[in-house]
Amino acid sequence: MADPMRIRAAVAGDKATVRVLMSHEMETGQRKDSAGKVIPAWHITEVTATHNGKPVFAAEWGGSVSKNPFLQFVVKGAKAGDKFSVTWKDNKGESRTDEATAT
Amino acid sequence: MKVMRQLSIFALVSSVSIAALAQKTAVQSIEEYRALLADGNPAELFEAKGEALWKQKRGPKNASLEKCDLGKGPGVVKGAFVELPRYFADTNRVQDLESRLVSCMETLQGINATEIINAAFGKGEKANVTALATWIATESKGMRFNLPQSHEKEKVFYEVGKRLFFQRAGAHDFACATCHSKDNIRIRLQDLPNLTKNPGDGIGFAAWPAYRVSNGQMWSMQHRLNDCYRQQRFPFPGYISDATVALGSYLGVNAKGAASIAPAIKR
Repeated sequence: MADPMRIRAAVAGDKATVRVLMSHEMETGQRKDSAGKVIPAWHITEVTATHNGKPVFAAEWGGSVSKNPFLQFVVKGAKAGDKFSVTWKDNKGESRTDEATAT
Repeated sequence: MKVMRQLSIFALVSSVSIAALAQKTAVQSIEEYRALLADGNPAELFEAKGEALWKQKRGPKNASLEKCDLGKGPGVVKGAFVELPRYFADTNRVQDLESRLVSCMETLQGINATEIINAAFGKGEKANVTALATWIATESKGMRFNLPQSHEKEKVFYEVGKRLFFQRAGAHDFACATCHSKDNIRIRLQDLPNLTKNPGDGIGFAAWPAYRVSNGQMWSMQHRLNDCYRQQRFPFPGYISDATVALGSYLGVNAKGAASIAPAIKR
């Protein structure tokens, strides 16, 4: 199973800055191994986030995003104690969801 | 004539200061780049993994590492990193953090130490040692290096480390000291710390373990030393060998008073 994400949500005024670190190889599919064989693509294809269950963020990703990606976005109308949930899916069908409480 | 001379001196002075300014800016922009990256340092992922591994019951003996003595008593993690390498009575050896972790994994959990030593960096149990080292180092973040030097073996390791540091050999007739025994020198844009003394907070020995952005890998001190030898075109030193621990002792004792910033982030 994939390693957990690190999610932090810091509230300032009525906005929350959500910072997400994901643990993923993000293999592009364009590299070759030492034997000269192409390393198959293995990367996140979809990232979604919810704020208290309501979708606030959706993105389609590809092989150009770095290994162990870092994502940051701002959500309006948030307060301390709110729940943020982030989900990624990759091209092998694997997925991971983690949650954090805003502070 | 006099005016001419004054002019040429002025021109010389101003060209020197422009060069100094440009150099400063390049170094500063690297610092800015690091500061930007530090906010989302993926080392945190390894830190979290390491903390979970420390508490998890694993291995043939199905035990956690919570009874592991890192030098400040069984299970004490905070402050342990800035006093390593040090002498351990139970193994009768001077050990660095990774060498000690491997001992604990073998005695407490029953995991085969030879397999860890022979594994490639970033693979299998060796990757777990790196994650554990990352978490343990982070628990001492901001604390200052203060390696013990009271035991006879600790003094021997320091002296051996010093000799290894200055030993010239290999295809390029290189030593660690070739690059790391002078102030204010660089390779391209990378500052080379002077490791024969305390190079300052969070520099050199006090900057590892670190996450390397360019290859997306978490590097421990053992991995860093291994790569130093690769760059010098030496044969690879044995993982957690006495030679690498001795070098660590030399660098660690010299870094006395430097604050640890681990886990750092590198280009």
